[in-house]
Amino acid sequence: MSADAPDRGTGEGLAGRVRDAVLGASARLTLLAVVAALGIGAVVLALSAEETRAALEDGPGSALVAAGGAVGRAYAALLQGSVGSLGALSETLVAATVLILTGLAVTVPLRAGLFNIGGEGQVIAGGLIGGAVGFAVTGLPTVVHLPLAIVAAAAGGALVGWLPGLLKARTGAHEVISTIMLNNTLTFVLIWILTLPLVQVEGRSDPISRQVLDTARLPRLLEGLRVDAGILLALLVAVWVLWFLDRSTTGFELSAVGANPAAATAAGMDPARSTITGMTVAGMLGGLAGGALIVGLQGRVTPGFSAGLGFDGITVALLGRGTVVGTVMSGLLLGALKAGGRAMQARSGTALDLVTVIQALIIVFIAAPGVVRAMFRVRADVGEGARISQGWGS
Amino acid sequence: METTATALRRRRRFAGFGLVLGLVVLGLLRADAGVRTTFVLNDARGARFPLPDLVVPVTGTVRGLALVILALAVVQALRGFGRRDAAMVGVMGGLAVLALLTWAGGGTSISVVSLLRGTLFAAVPIAFGALAGVLCERSGVINIAIEGQFLAGAFTAAVFASVLGSAWWGLAGGILAGALVGLMLAGLTIRFAADQIVSGVVLIVFATGVTSFLTSQLLAGTPAWNAPVRFQAFALPGLSDLPLLGPIVFDQTVLVYLMLLAVAAVQFGLFRTRWGLRLRSVGEHPAAADTVGIGVLGTRYRAVMLGGVLAGIGGSWFTLEAASQFSKEMTGGRGFIALAAMLVGRYSPVGALGAGLLFGFADALATALQRLPVPIPSSLLRATPYVITIVVVAGLVGRLRVPAADGKPYVKA
Repeated sequence: MSADAPDRGTGEGLAGRVRDAVLGASARLTLLAVVAALGIGAVVLALSAEETRAALEDGPGSALVAAGGAVGRAYAALLQGSVGSLGALSETLVAATVLILTGLAVTVPLRAGLFNIGGEGQVIAGGLIGGAVGFAVTGLPTVVHLPLAIVAAAAGGALVGWLPGLLKARTGAHEVISTIMLNNTLTFVLIWILTLPLVQVEGRSDPISRQVLDTARLPRLLEGLRVDAGILLALLVAVWVLWFLDRSTTGFELSAVGANPAAATAAGMDPARSTITGMTVAGMLGGLAGGALIVGLQGRVTPGFSAGLGFDGITVALLGRGTVVGTVMSGLLLGALKAGGRAMQARSGTALDLVTVIQALIIVFIAAPGVVRAMFRVRADVGEGARISQGWGS
Repeated sequence: METTATALRRRRRFAGFGLVLGLVVLGLLRADAGVRTTFVLNDARGARFPLPDLVVPVTGTVRGLALVILALAVVQALRGFGRRDAAMVGVMGGLAVLALLTWAGGGTSISVVSLLRGTLFAAVPIAFGALAGVLCERSGVINIAIEGQFLAGAFTAAVFASVLGSAWWGLAGGILAGALVGLMLAGLTIRFAADQIVSGVVLIVFATGVTSFLTSQLLAGTPAWNAPVRFQAFALPGLSDLPLLGPIVFDQTVLVYLMLLAVAAVQFGLFRTRWGLRLRSVGEHPAAADTVGIGVLGTRYRAVMLGGVLAGIGGSWFTLEAASQFSKEMTGGRGFIALAAMLVGRYSPVGALGAGLLFGFADALATALQRLPVPIPSSLLRATPYVITIVVVAGLVGRLRVPAADGKPYVKA
């Protein structure tokens, strides 16, 4: 399949277990997980639909018909809105751009046994700093200004990823807690920064940044559609990550430390340095996602522009089973789900949050393959229920 | 124990922290010399035994406090406080907060009673969440999902209290929802031996999705389902007349009293009963516990479910006491603060309460400072509890003793 395709059941050490946990179950189980999640989503939708409750007064039979109709309409709109037209495909790619990058931001540290929940804070930092370069630096041609803004976004995100890495390496503070606290901190710091005189749109009292200059905006790929060069950036970055993890020395150290810190130390590697590197690269990828969003589609920084993107990245990475190619593919799939979800909300009035429920169910089934197996009576596979993360003590 | 080298490094770090803190406090100057701050020690509604107001000059008090902090830092650097090193950092932080309050309240008055009442009130979800964490992790299951249990509890409590017309029904609903999420966590981590941290994160996303979805799909159309009857504060007769302590502790809402009872009950249960010994043994050495006939999986199931009950009570606080209705993602990361409080409290119920009070105080302080003429933007003040969490976790976690089997699924050999 791909260069980073798994070899099954190479069991020992954390990376082995990570691989078994996220790669071990077969592609069939992944598919079943998606199907099962869509199925349960349909039940939730049917139970909560307005029509079902209205029809319930005419008896259970007509309620069932009404529920089926509601589910059919919603899922048809979902499909139509994700791949049904060129415009829909464009929306899918727009959503996938950010998802691929935030997904990679989880995939990379996972190799070192680190669980990055700080995607949201990293997106905020990247978007804010990339955007600031975009609107504050003037007089540059596009060929200089746009790359500058994107590098600045990557650097901003990297800084936010580096801090929890450093804290973990030096004091043992678990990255799950420190990244989440950074998310919350940066959410409020963002609101404050957006009201500063050099950042805020003149004459506005609400927190909103100036418009990114045209010389720093990602160009649109097709006339009249929203898809921009961000998707190309995301794919390019994915290729780099593939090289980084599988071909570079630093990437090798990352996996080695994740697999067995003691052995890696004995071989002369420094687990603390790998922890810091893993989180910094993760932050860089999250920052790129934020930058791509701000100098791309959005054009200005607003409070809450990053809401939920970090958790989306976790879904993407887990669905991608920890591989780069898998992450890109699941980014496209969940991008379709997201774009379709918006169309569904507009056309059939079903709340977009249903997509969040479906996403969560997908990872439940990925993380606990036994659940899917129990549902569909599939045979056992290698590497069941292995640990992906580390506890507080390690 | 610790080697002298690390102890020395730690002492130096603490001393440096105190030095910086003291200098910052020394920098808290006001242009208007001679201004005074009034600390009001009585309840606004009037007290039976009123206390006199405490009026202090700003400049003198702030300088004095700064000098005390600096002196402590110097002693710390020179010879240290031995086992009380960490406590001294707390003392220095406390003095700095006192100086900050004096400085911020210059020319006006600060109600000590409402500040500390607010502290106890804001500590409720943190303490309940941390208690839930203590029960789960002492039995060997990492519970990241507290945030999800809060959301589920808050949502269900709001709907139950609205539809059934009683805050007690709401509490029952919150408990039910918390326990349900607990059951899901137990199922994923114990029955299916899934990764515990991933399972917790998944349940948070799930609870966020379901409550948000149902809020826009159901509650938005029928406002009557999101108008919960809430708990009212009630004063304990007699005790609430005590000066200072009365209005702070004994004139509170139902969940505050419940929190104090729960902390006492879990502390006693965990460390003084057979149930607690078994629960802890399962979290430390499940194989040994199994050998002597303790059902490891059953014990863990029950511990995680009971944790869910407590987290559900914490979740009910959001819609039965703090806000007047459920709104999407209203818990705002407090589940994670509770997790941090559990670590800071070192897996003990009393510690959980103490850490809960610390974070509650940060919350109440941010609220109080927003009302004072302080040149600090309110959005930055709202970020303080999170920053404190990072600092405290970074300062403490490395020296924690985690239950030995925490995070490891038990598979019978």
